[in-house]
Amino acid sequence: MPGKTLFDKIWDSHVVAEEEGETLVYVDRLLVHEGSRHSFTMLRNIEMPPYRAEQVFGFADHYMPTETTEGGIPGVRDNKIRGMLELMEKNTSEVGVRYFGFHDPDQGILHVVPPEQGISQPGIFLCGADSHTSTHGAFGSISFGVGASEAGHIMATQCLWQQRPSPLRINIDGTLPFGVHAKDIILGVIAKFGVGIGVGKAIEFAGSCIETMSMEQRMTVCNMTIEAAGRMGMIAPDETTYEYLEGRPYAPKGELWKEAVEYWGSLPSDEDAVFADEKTLEVEKLDPMVTWGTNPEMTLPITGTIPFPEDAENEDQRREIQGALDYMDLQPGMGMEEIEIERVFIGSCTNSRIEDIRAAAEVAAKGTAKVEAWVVPGSKSIKRQAEAEGLDQIFTESGFDWREPGCSLCTALNGDLLNDGQRCVSTSNRNFKGRQGPNGKTHLASPAMAAAAAITGKLTDVRTLE
Amino acid sequence: MKSFTKLTAIACPFDEINVDTNQLCPTRFNKLPIGDPYLKKVMFHDQRFTHDGKPRNTDFIFNREPYKKAEIIVADHNWGIGSSRESAVYAMASFGIKSVIAASFGDIHYNNMTKNGLCPVQLSQEACHELRSLLLKNIGAKITVDLEELKVIAPDGTEYEFNMHPLKRRCLLKGLDDISLTKQYMDTIKAFEANHHKSKPFMTVQKPT
Repeated sequence: MPGKTLFDKIWDSHVVAEEEGETLVYVDRLLVHEGSRHSFTMLRNIEMPPYRAEQVFGFADHYMPTETTEGGIPGVRDNKIRGMLELMEKNTSEVGVRYFGFHDPDQGILHVVPPEQGISQPGIFLCGADSHTSTHGAFGSISFGVGASEAGHIMATQCLWQQRPSPLRINIDGTLPFGVHAKDIILGVIAKFGVGIGVGKAIEFAGSCIETMSMEQRMTVCNMTIEAAGRMGMIAPDETTYEYLEGRPYAPKGELWKEAVEYWGSLPSDEDAVFADEKTLEVEKLDPMVTWGTNPEMTLPITGTIPFPEDAENEDQRREIQGALDYMDLQPGMGMEEIEIERVFIGSCTNSRIEDIRAAAEVAAKGTAKVEAWVVPGSKSIKRQAEAEGLDQIFTESGFDWREPGCSLCTALNGDLLNDGQRCVSTSNRNFKGRQGPNGKTHLASPAMAAAAAITGKLTDVRTLE
Repeated sequence: MKSFTKLTAIACPFDEINVDTNQLCPTRFNKLPIGDPYLKKVMFHDQRFTHDGKPRNTDFIFNREPYKKAEIIVADHNWGIGSSRESAVYAMASFGIKSVIAASFGDIHYNNMTKNGLCPVQLSQEACHELRSLLLKNIGAKITVDLEELKVIAPDGTEYEFNMHPLKRRCLLKGLDDISLTKQYMDTIKAFEANHHKSKPFMTVQKPT
């Protein structure tokens, strides 16, 4: 018998039943947000309460206002947005789901708060009604996003029918050079291996670079696994994981903690474990990465130049590049650093944690924002922490807008939008057409690179800033 | 859930790769409840309509006859990548789409389709290309998607076999929603849970401190 991967171990310990090649898996935790209305409606329609309400956690994030929360929910001007916030309050309180809602002191993004609260843990099976649920895999769990019907199914039964994905290992080796961050790694992975590499795969990130990373950095890497079409990304739990988790509100305590740590230590992939495929990215020569096109594969080092469609490998790609150039209003051969921008967004479940805010503040301190630049922390707890460190002062003095926590300009659901056609450097995860607003042009980058762009008004290599 | 057995209908060739669910349902329409009449306009909204809902870009394929009446889309690879939003499927269904043939799908979107009675069909990239070429030569031609026989029949009679996981296929063929199926397993689930909580008590949700 060959050894087992991290993925195999967790999957096998959650199999309830099998039927016709699909597995009924047990879900330890489910995360929902204000957009999950259909799941609650489904339950009401079949007259079923949640089977295990205590295993479901709700979050106010997608529709949260970030300009001000004064006036509470009644103070939200847009009727439809206010309606979504009211509905979630009602839906969660009716069925007894723990809701990190509008007024909760720990409110924040559903991929930021559960780690802070110790809800995300190694070895568990966690689903979320949002594709970036892959984030929680950073703790060594199986974590992935589901649609509204699947989330409703989990609420009704605490289980889900799934086909077993095959494990793929991506090794990230080497030491991160100056000015290069976790975001650059995951953009580098997608640029190198393509947006389709993860289809049907459970991706384990391993290697010497991953081992030295903080939990915040690991979460950024796992977060964007979905952009490589991988439903889940995961990293073996280790001392860094335990240190982060210990003492958090929902983490096991006392004897249970000891038992947990012992079990978690058995989870990393065995040395003779078999992966369906294995890839490696060396980070020593990695530059800060920025997307130029309309999906995250269209990424270049900041030192790069915009591609020529005629250099594409085939006709499909040529058309795709041409389409992206037209949409993004860019010319082939242009240097990345020649691209002038109009907005900056620092935030989202990819890059709104305390380390991200610190990295952005360090750069912001070097100048004054030339364009409208927003900083949206991922949770109220991060906001408090940043303010205690005086980071909000740095941003405000440098002309950045320090805002309230939420998904904000990443999903652009809460009323935060780019003006028509604006070009934005964003630390979020998707540069799809219109994602941040109609005709909006998005360049994804790390928090340091986004802050650098804010103070120069163009894409800028953060390593060259004085 | 509506069942899907066999469909012969106008198919729209759509050769763009990596179509993300933001195109199928721009984010601002996620709040529309199921059944909202505006959902008919949401699929590829920003290519079909102006921001305030007026028609635009009459060249765009879904704005043209006969594709306004298409029930099948023949796409390329990575159809429905990105966001898990099920509203993408509600928008497709409201337009009238019942099946999408593609070389690959976003995992979550594929499942979302099957949970709403839409039939995702995975064929090779060559097959998708051949089908689209035939459709372009013969505007308005119909394709058959036969889930019982697991085959696609092209306008020229060529047959392509496809696969679908047996359980998903059974649910689609019978219009079965899987909650009722899973309910039959409640005893097994309870037994699993008891053992799970006993053998790994630290995995049970703890009272927060």
